[in-house]
Amino acid sequence: MTTLQRKPVNPIAHLTEEDIEAIGRELDALRDEIVASRGERDAKYIRKVISTQRRLELASRALLLVSIFPPAWLLGTAGLSVAKILENMEIGHNVMHGQWDWMRDPKIHSTTWEWDNASPSEQWKHSHNELHHTYTNVIGKDNDLGYGIMRVDEQQRWSPIHLGQPLWNFVNACFFEYGIAAYDLELGKNLKTRKRRQSPQFKERLKQVRRKIGKQLLKDYGVHPALSALTGSWLTTIAANATANLVRNLWTHSVIMCGHFPEGVETFERTSIEGETRGEWYLRQMLGSANIDGNRAMHIMTGNLSYQIEHHLFPDLPSNRYQEIAPQIRDLFQRYGLSYTSGSLPRQVGSAWYKVFRLSLPNRGEAKALAEGPRPVSGRKVKATRWQRPATQPATEPATGPVATVTTEPVAAAS
Amino acid sequence: MAVTQTLRSGAWRVVELLTTPVVPADYLDVVAPLRNAGVLRARIEAVRPETRDAVTLVLRPGRGFRPHEPGQYVRIGVDVDGVRLWRAYSVTSAPGRLSVTVNAVRDGAVSSYLVRQARRGMLVNLDQPAGDFTLPATRPGKILFVTAGSGITPVMGILRSLLPELDDVVLVHSAREREAVVFGDELRALAAAGRIRLVERHTGTDGRIGPAELAALVPDLAERPTWACGPNEMLDDLGAHFAAAGIAQNLHVERFRPKVIATGDGGKVTFGRTGTVVDAGGSTPLLEAGEAAGVLMPSGCRMGICFSCVLPMTEGAVRDLRDGSITTAVEGDNVLVQTCVSAAAGNCHLDH
Repeated sequence: MTTLQRKPVNPIAHLTEEDIEAIGRELDALRDEIVASRGERDAKYIRKVISTQRRLELASRALLLVSIFPPAWLLGTAGLSVAKILENMEIGHNVMHGQWDWMRDPKIHSTTWEWDNASPSEQWKHSHNELHHTYTNVIGKDNDLGYGIMRVDEQQRWSPIHLGQPLWNFVNACFFEYGIAAYDLELGKNLKTRKRRQSPQFKERLKQVRRKIGKQLLKDYGVHPALSALTGSWLTTIAANATANLVRNLWTHSVIMCGHFPEGVETFERTSIEGETRGEWYLRQMLGSANIDGNRAMHIMTGNLSYQIEHHLFPDLPSNRYQEIAPQIRDLFQRYGLSYTSGSLPRQVGSAWYKVFRLSLPNRGEAKALAEGPRPVSGRKVKATRWQRPATQPATEPATGPVATVTTEPVAAAS
Repeated sequence: MAVTQTLRSGAWRVVELLTTPVVPADYLDVVAPLRNAGVLRARIEAVRPETRDAVTLVLRPGRGFRPHEPGQYVRIGVDVDGVRLWRAYSVTSAPGRLSVTVNAVRDGAVSSYLVRQARRGMLVNLDQPAGDFTLPATRPGKILFVTAGSGITPVMGILRSLLPELDDVVLVHSAREREAVVFGDELRALAAAGRIRLVERHTGTDGRIGPAELAALVPDLAERPTWACGPNEMLDDLGAHFAAAGIAQNLHVERFRPKVIATGDGGKVTFGRTGTVVDAGGSTPLLEAGEAAGVLMPSGCRMGICFSCVLPMTEGAVRDLRDGSITTAVEGDNVLVQTCVSAAAGNCHLDH
């Protein structure tokens, strides 16, 4: 990972291999601390969020049945927008990450959850949890970097089509849920050749998405307006649902842009992750993410992705804990001389958009010289050991010899 | 009739379309958790102390609960420290009502929680009644119950429901001391009224009843179909005695199964659906062990963050390779484990 990328200043040049492994150990210890203290308080939190979201959605949809009256429309639309945002961000995204699997509640579990979005959860989990979170900000491996339609790093080759990327980005923001669905389908790759287009797996996934989108559309633009027709509110209900979906799309798109696009976020060469250790993986997450400053309501509305750095370090730990560990993470950055990228929502959104505009044009000056310089060559070609903690850490060593545990519950089971 | 039914299912279909991608019951749960027939729950109506360490929970089951047969048990799921844990408890009430009696055992997470924390109004998760510790439809003329400790619970359920149909009942019950006898007053009252013959033994002072002593206490033992519930040693001794006397078919037992889970290093991993059995080492992720044996395993990041590889473990123990923590499952459980960062810590059974 010393071959971070071609930037004038390498932000990790001052770190030794031991430093990086020490960072890894510290983060593993913090992780263990959170895992050991997960409990009733956390369970209460997520159940409360889910119940609030469902009540809000029910109330808003009920209000929209009489949306012919402007105050009902306004209130209902606002409520539904917030409900949809909560459902996607603090609930859906985090549940599907497995953050709440430890509760063993089949109703709040990554394997059973389906979200209010065009993309079926099965496909989203693959492209997001598996690809994006493992290969965060690795050019050519992490498709979140520009979603395959934009140039968001100097290292990506420029072509005239990129001149239009500010426009694509805006259109993508408005229809973000469909963008995600297309992205999870890897349309760019899968539509390219006839063989891929015809492959039964792709066809099956396409069918899944079509079915999901059909149901979503029928709910928001068919059934709900039909019920509102009794009060002559069907058109206003359609408008309300369209507005709520648009608001949700714009909001989630902004939050997600803030996570990895603002200035200060690093990208990585594909070769730099060969043989990557656990410590190096952690370090890549630290450098490849950016936070958003704000109040509690804002954090909840972003699904605590405003703590993007903390989320990327521990994607499967409960989201309500990110805020609590943020000071410790900030301190870790400081001690190792790393920069913790964070800023207000307007600043980060602005910064991300600036990058989209800047990179719609070809590289100039210093960036050009660097990007076109020699590609770093990696000497190592070994299997990555990201799951493995350093062997020197005593806590990970398996207990010696077999230990028998007896569960002493009186279980009157069938004989 | 058919018309209303069609209308009703049509209306339900509309509601389903409106609540997609979740089901209507998920919204119903927010306001009326007991109305959801898809997820069985019960509300605790009353908590009655029985002894220092035992309480009876009077439960009101939600929609969809099927009545039990006397002697059966229900599985109850409670969230202890936020984690849902399931345990089986014998029903102690007559059908039509639902009570269970919980005895706090040392280190018993669920029983201690229920005895100390259960309050009126709390919700618990529930399973349908199950178990075959029941009496035949033609009730035996003479009957013997042998119980010890909380082994009295299924028998109490039987006595409270079926005693009017039984003519000649002998109950031999053991407990540590008089104060520890669950339902002591009720049993003694039945004995005083001549409805049952009760042999009450306090093992703290008088020791345990062996099979030979039992034969002396109940001279017509051979003529009595017997239902026994208690610790494993007691049931094993009884089994041997009945077998030696050639009347093994007379004995029906319900085991308080203290499950021994060897949390060692590695073990036999059984993939239930494919039928593959692998000897997995203590530091090999289950995912790799399965793949090496040719099992088609779901997988993803292979570092424990994406949860694409989780499989249900129905029995056994695994160790998390990241922090060494142990997760166990006993029969009836369905614990989802991340196969890419979990290694066998004893024999395990995966439903895959």
